[in-house]
Amino acid sequence: MTDAALPSTAQTAGAAILADDGIPLKQKLARTTRQLKWRAFLLTLPLVLFLIVSFVLPIGQMLFRSVHNPTAGKVLPNFTVSIQNWDEQGLPDEAVFEGFVKDIQDAAQKREIGRTVGNLATRINYEIPGTRSLFTSSARKLKRVKEGPYKEALLKTNKKWDNPAIWRALKRATRDFTPAFYLAAVDRKYDDEGRIVQAEELYQIYIGNFGKTLWLSTIITFCCFLLAFPVSYLLSVLPLRTSNLLMILVLLPFWTSLLVRTTAWIAILQTEGIINDILVFIGLVADDGRIQMIYNRTGTVISMVHILLPFMILPLYSVMKTIPPSYMRAARSLGANPFTAFRRVYFPQTLPGIAAGTLLVFILSIGFYITPALVGGEDGILISNLIAYHIQKSLNWSLGAALGAILLVAVLVLYWIYNKLVGIERLSFG
Amino acid sequence: MKLSTLLKTTVAGVGLAFASSMAQAGDITVVSWGGAYTKSQIEAYHKPWIAKTGNGIKSEDYNGGTAEIKAQVEAGNVTWDIVDVELSDAVRACDEGLLETIDHSTLPAGADGTAATDDFIEGTLHDCAVANIVWSTIFAYDSSKIADGPTTMADFFDLKKYPGKRGLRKGPKANLEMALIADGVPAKDVYEVLNTPEGIDRAFKKLDTIKDSVVWWEAGAQPPQLLADGEVAMTTAYNGRIFNAVAGEGKPFEIVWDGQIWDLDLWVIPKGAKNKELALDFLKFSTSTEALAAQASWISYGPARKSSSSLVGKYHNKDIDMGPQMPTAPDNLKNAVQNDFNFWADNQDQLNERFNAWLAG
Amino acid sequence: MDAITKRLKKPRNLIFLVALLLVLVITGSVPVAIGFAFLFGTPLVFMNELPPYASSLERIWQYTYLTMCTFIFTFLITPILVIVPLSFNAEPYFTFTEGMMSLSSDAFSLRWYKDIFFNGMAAPNAIEGWWADMWNNAQWIRATRNSFFIAICSTFLATSLGTLAALGLSRPEMPFRRLITSMLISPMIVPLVIMATGMFFFYSDIGLAKTYLGIILAHTTLGVPFVIITVTATLTGFDRSLIRASQGMGADGWTTFRRVIMPLILPGMISGALFAFITSLDEVVAVIFIADVEQRTIPRQMFSGIREQISPTILAVATVLVALSILLLTAVELLRRRSERLRGMAPS
Repeated sequence: MTDAALPSTAQTAGAAILADDGIPLKQKLARTTRQLKWRAFLLTLPLVLFLIVSFVLPIGQMLFRSVHNPTAGKVLPNFTVSIQNWDEQGLPDEAVFEGFVKDIQDAAQKREIGRTVGNLATRINYEIPGTRSLFTSSARKLKRVKEGPYKEALLKTNKKWDNPAIWRALKRATRDFTPAFYLAAVDRKYDDEGRIVQAEELYQIYIGNFGKTLWLSTIITFCCFLLAFPVSYLLSVLPLRTSNLLMILVLLPFWTSLLVRTTAWIAILQTEGIINDILVFIGLVADDGRIQMIYNRTGTVISMVHILLPFMILPLYSVMKTIPPSYMRAARSLGANPFTAFRRVYFPQTLPGIAAGTLLVFILSIGFYITPALVGGEDGILISNLIAYHIQKSLNWSLGAALGAILLVAVLVLYWIYNKLVGIERLSFG
Repeated sequence: MKLSTLLKTTVAGVGLAFASSMAQAGDITVVSWGGAYTKSQIEAYHKPWIAKTGNGIKSEDYNGGTAEIKAQVEAGNVTWDIVDVELSDAVRACDEGLLETIDHSTLPAGADGTAATDDFIEGTLHDCAVANIVWSTIFAYDSSKIADGPTTMADFFDLKKYPGKRGLRKGPKANLEMALIADGVPAKDVYEVLNTPEGIDRAFKKLDTIKDSVVWWEAGAQPPQLLADGEVAMTTAYNGRIFNAVAGEGKPFEIVWDGQIWDLDLWVIPKGAKNKELALDFLKFSTSTEALAAQASWISYGPARKSSSSLVGKYHNKDIDMGPQMPTAPDNLKNAVQNDFNFWADNQDQLNERFNAWLAG
Repeated sequence: MDAITKRLKKPRNLIFLVALLLVLVITGSVPVAIGFAFLFGTPLVFMNELPPYASSLERIWQYTYLTMCTFIFTFLITPILVIVPLSFNAEPYFTFTEGMMSLSSDAFSLRWYKDIFFNGMAAPNAIEGWWADMWNNAQWIRATRNSFFIAICSTFLATSLGTLAALGLSRPEMPFRRLITSMLISPMIVPLVIMATGMFFFYSDIGLAKTYLGIILAHTTLGVPFVIITVTATLTGFDRSLIRASQGMGADGWTTFRRVIMPLILPGMISGALFAFITSLDEVVAVIFIADVEQRTIPRQMFSGIREQISPTILAVATVLVALSILLLTAVELLRRRSERLRGMAPS
């Protein structure tokens, strides 16, 4: 800020209005705005970076895993090159077999993590079930093979190698990027000729489960709405002192551990539980005819409705509180009967709250894991449970990732709609 | 991944501040199935080994499967030193290079001087694994509730003769075999039949007949609990768990050995285990003739060494002969199947899928 | 006396009393009658609070509506209340025994609470070294220590990062506000399984899996949205001219923050922190995927307990957790009122 420079620059700049340090005001304003923008952004930067590392990258890497499976390429480097010229008719030629046998021998000898015959066998077993031991047993027998003809040597270890379908599957698997796991996630697969077909009916599970997840979430959301609407209305019309007291009944479950609430429902609903005891006591059901209310869909729906109900009540309540009661009174005095007044005047004004509540509950319920895992039994489990199953038990990580990606897309679309309709600024608790 | 290296170094730096190195030098982490089974290992293996070597043992429970081993090995952060696994899992993990190979010639000879390779029952030594016990999936019932008890596998599937709920392990393994045996397939032909699509259909069809009455269990501790609570009339279970409920807690449970599916449990060492040498020492110690025989006085699982059988005596605090309680006792083997690890290695992905679809349908 | 006779004259109250007597006679059970009286009597109390309407049809509708609400509130709160008496059950069952119904003192005991301490201890009956044994070996105590350590660390991280970001987001000049806000809130929306799976792979790669740090990072991620939402909420009514006033009087940036902004957003920060705290304390999916036995938390311990062998000890732990959530809820409620007072909004 040199005061001396002021007069001269002021003249040369002509018509432009100058700030007291001689820079045109417009430019200075732009700079300050930019600075303010940067300052605001810098405040969020630590968190943005943190979330990128702790959250965005992990999910991104998982999504990558759903299409990227380089196992075959890593185990079979020579074969990967030579198989590309094969026309997929009959069996490949001797050169391809030589590459294959040498790669297998190499992998069996080195036993490097992620590049073993077992890894390859697992990968191909996804494509053609029942071929796993073909690879591992042949690899053991091939240890002794020192020279060609390799085709003959391999066929001697097991005549199943005579099947072109195996070689077509191998060729497909040498591509590092594959849609195979997404196909599996929607109950499709490659047939022996490499065409995409539907999986046999007895093995179809995922589409059905996606459907069930959406259906149960819809039921849960609807139940939540049915239960939340009257309660929220009551809370919004009662005097503040009373409604604050009643609000505790909504907030306490909200603040109570998910596992505590799930445990409570087990205690209440199980066959030796409270409800059955009461029913037996009153004489509605016989002692040996106790009703199965948990470890099935019913159990999942009841406990999830209970767990998610506050997420519906809170947004509904906050919208209803802002609707002046005078509107209803005006409608009544203009001659509308109570039902019409409610339907034409009150209900439309609650729509923002309904949108917020239903979307939030629906989003949360399609991704639910804990409660279905604990009280869902066999037929009350949701897609999240299948994802966890593939990650933790079956170890088909790529398939788990593909299922996860589909679920994620569904949730993000709903989130986007929520953002458009309601706006995330409206999210609030308590 | 360059980024991951960068992060790794950062993490290592930050990690120092958090360094909660609970395990001191000389501690190994031994992972097993929990409950009565882990207890028997603690008594027969852990305590004598700790007394002998002065090292410590951290005991962990898990529910089987190789997921955890795979995750640890692939991440290069192996915290488990030695793990008790099923045979099919041992073979599969070995094929995938997740396990250390074990040189059988370094295993101690039997108490009678027989070389280890001859002393171990055939099929119990594997490239990466050494078996400690033979266990079995059987079915059991509460004899105080069912007077004229079931005696055959077919009875288990007979809801008319024996009404009531059935407990089954959630998964196709052992259930498909049992269903076929109940359907009249002789034990020795079970896998031959299962290897055909018709055989699998037949097994599922048989399971269909009791599907609506099944309570599914996952952890080995559950079946005795289900029986005790009266949740099921009979249930499949690991034979040792039922035996311990009978011997330890005086429960009136009865085991039916007809159609038992027996299998091995083996020690494996994950590749890159931090205390590999100590783990190997523990493995040798715990699979010695004496240790295996000692374990048999705590739980009714058969020792994997021939030389141990003559040393098997009575239950540790009761007058019960352990010999007839073993899956390998001749009387119990009359109609028995050994789990075929090759069949399951080949088909488990597909059959799990079908089983899950069947459960949901 | 007058009030009572006046009330009794109302036909609805008389009908209720008759019905109650009928229930008592037919079932012959006092607890059932109490339940009936609660469910169908409460609406009557509330009816007196509402303005009286004319037609009897409307009154019937009103009564039906209030009964419905009573049922829904009962549905909300019963599961939480039910576990409290059950946790004092002397028997290892999940149901009310005869003795409990008749309130006999033999039917109640503290055995499951003792079990919280004894489970896993090397020598629960020893006198010497009991405290050290309990502190180091009791499973639930270790889980509690882990839970609180992880929750406190992640709450601290989430609150500091979240408050900073909320300050940025609430500035009018903030670029890409909507986009960035949606990203920062998304951990609340993305299914936990997906997040936990991603973290399981990624954290394994960089050596964070099976460490306290890994779980703390995961829980921080989950807590951040709550802090942002609550702090932003306190900033929405914030009068920005206060900042200019403070600067005009010569305060530097830090002083302005400390003396002007901080007191105003503090209630939001604290309630955000409490949300983050309870989220971490309750979270189990990420722990299942990322943590080792070493880092077992209370919910993780409950999860395997419920899956494998559900024992009344879990109910005892649950009761303790309910007490904790009541405490936290009270704290949040007090803060909210304080914040509204500070910002000059309507007192409640």
